[in-house]
Amino acid sequence: MDNIAGQKTGLAWATHISVLLLVLIWLIPTVGLLISSFRDRDQISASGWWEAPFAVELTARGRTSAEAVPEGGGFVITGNIFDDEEAASYFGASPGAVVAFGTRGAAPTEFEAGTVADLGDGESLSINPDGTYRWVTPEEPGSRGQRVYFAANSPPKFTLDNYRTVLAADNMDRAFINTLTVTIPATVIPILVAAFAAYALAWMEFPGRGLLIAAVVGLLVVPLQLALVPMLNFHNAIGVGQSFVGIWFAHTAFGMPLAVYLLRNYMIGLPRDIIECAKVDGATDFQVFTRIVLPLSFPALAAFAIFQFLWTWNDLLVAKVFLPSSDEAKVMTVKIADDLLGSRGGDWGILATAAFVSIAVPLVVFFTMQRFLVRGLLAGSVK
Amino acid sequence: MSPILQGIITIIIGVGGCVGYFFLSNLILDTLIYPARGKNIASNIRRANMVRPWLFLFPAIFALSLYLVYPVIGSFLRSLYNRSGNEFIGLQNYVELFASPEFRTAFLNNILWALVVPAGATAFGLLAAQLTDRLSWGNIAKSLIFMPMAISFVGASLIWKFVYAYDADIGLINAIRAGLFGSEPVDVMQIPFWNNFFLMFILVWIQTGFAMVILSAALRGIPEETIEAAIIDGANPFQIFFKIKVPQIMGTIVVVWTTITILVLKVFDIVYTMTGGNFGTEILPSYMMSFMFRDDGRATAIAFVIMLVVLPVMVWNIRQARAEQR
Repeated sequence: MDNIAGQKTGLAWATHISVLLLVLIWLIPTVGLLISSFRDRDQISASGWWEAPFAVELTARGRTSAEAVPEGGGFVITGNIFDDEEAASYFGASPGAVVAFGTRGAAPTEFEAGTVADLGDGESLSINPDGTYRWVTPEEPGSRGQRVYFAANSPPKFTLDNYRTVLAADNMDRAFINTLTVTIPATVIPILVAAFAAYALAWMEFPGRGLLIAAVVGLLVVPLQLALVPMLNFHNAIGVGQSFVGIWFAHTAFGMPLAVYLLRNYMIGLPRDIIECAKVDGATDFQVFTRIVLPLSFPALAAFAIFQFLWTWNDLLVAKVFLPSSDEAKVMTVKIADDLLGSRGGDWGILATAAFVSIAVPLVVFFTMQRFLVRGLLAGSVK
Repeated sequence: MSPILQGIITIIIGVGGCVGYFFLSNLILDTLIYPARGKNIASNIRRANMVRPWLFLFPAIFALSLYLVYPVIGSFLRSLYNRSGNEFIGLQNYVELFASPEFRTAFLNNILWALVVPAGATAFGLLAAQLTDRLSWGNIAKSLIFMPMAISFVGASLIWKFVYAYDADIGLINAIRAGLFGSEPVDVMQIPFWNNFFLMFILVWIQTGFAMVILSAALRGIPEETIEAAIIDGANPFQIFFKIKVPQIMGTIVVVWTTITILVLKVFDIVYTMTGGNFGTEILPSYMMSFMFRDDGRATAIAFVIMLVVLPVMVWNIRQARAEQR
């Protein structure tokens, strides 16, 4: 309908390309995080995640063996540099080709692989791309071989090491369980409370109804920040303090305006006939609500549940204030923002993994329940 | 007791308590206080029906007034007291705040956030909604643009930390700069003034999907005849979009815009994670958190300033909602 004859193809192409570009900008950062989380930590610092499928040039150091064979007035030591434990530790099972080598830490890639490097005093060293070396020295070497530095291609390496570290050493597993513990009650409890209130606001006649609806709309906007100090003091006063119980209360109440608003908007759209018929037949409001309105409102209930789940799972502010700051009670967002960014600030693999662990569940919920989420958004915003 | 067990018990007590409350209170109302029998049956039923809405509403109203209404007053009162809360100092906290350059930076940055983020997210959302509308793979594209909605602000900040990183082997921006122009890496988080926009883009990235979903529904609700008429009159696609479609969904655009504005004024996570408020990127919510647990008087004063900034949006929202009801 929008397309006008003649301009159609050019415009269609432009549309395809613009959307593709937009999608790429929106997707690439997340993909980068996911790829980084599976990469080996040496490789992360040596090349960008976009080069992950290619070999990485890593600089390593090792030592030749000291088993010299006399030859022509001097000694020759041969072997493969990857047989050295220290050198091999950089590369894992299948090291790639040696690119360059050197004998000084300051210039680890002084000489190209395959060439013979003159080290002075009649000494020479060559390392071939496959790692075999030949060291010629006029004097018999002592118990230790020659120190060598070299750069070799390391094949792309993907591991689950980061996940192991994050979950085991960084207490992320504990934080994951804590997040779950905060989220589920904080999602379930508000639904029922809000549903009853929404029904009253949608289908019961009483003085002050309009005012209450306006108040709910107004409370949607009240910044959470206002509640932090007074409610924390209140929790301390009634003995709840900083605890899971406290954060369940807080999330339940903070989610309430959206829940009531969303559910009321949905319930008011239900067919009036059904509800009036039921009332004529002698159903009480309680029965109308539990038998008719609640089952019919399932899409809105699901939408709110997803919202509240995502919001409580992703929340940092409420968790920082209403949960104790000890390590046993940290949720994942707090763990990442307060702990890992400080102690593991430069460890990109760990950061990526921790972030991915924390966003995995919401992403799964999002992609499986997207239908409900979209419907809920539309019920809440457009009338 | 382990938190998991505690959580399960809470769910049972919470849900059971709610069901029990609603069921029992109704039962008591209908059988004990105003029984629907005897000689006063008609007036009893009427009275019971007058009380019932309040039974239904009570838990929600209780939670709302305790956690959202009382704090507005409680925070304001607390902000009139000094740090330890034992001495009334009037508006001293506010005076000191407005005198501090940090607060002014935070306030101005916040105004910038409240203008740029809703504008950016709505514009990108409208663009995405219009472009994907008739695309064969439009739904997949929408789904992917919508995805950041599910990601936490902390997670999103980490994701973008990888893009903004100084190291050209980590940061995409510096890698592209090095690859295309051979430039030296820059730390975008430390470029004065512009670093704010890099932070704002993270929130735009998150919120665009929201704007897109709602605007795309609004675009589909436009009557076809108006567009047909425009085509017959010889309007080009750009004229159709800007002169026919956009004016018709203006109401929705405003709703999206205000919703995102309200959100912007609550988000402290991004600044907190990315810069900790350094390099001139402080905004009010993050500035408030820097006083939280240290100086409740100052913290509540900042919270109340945020409230005052939100107030016009709130009034507008209520008026809008009341107009709809009529």
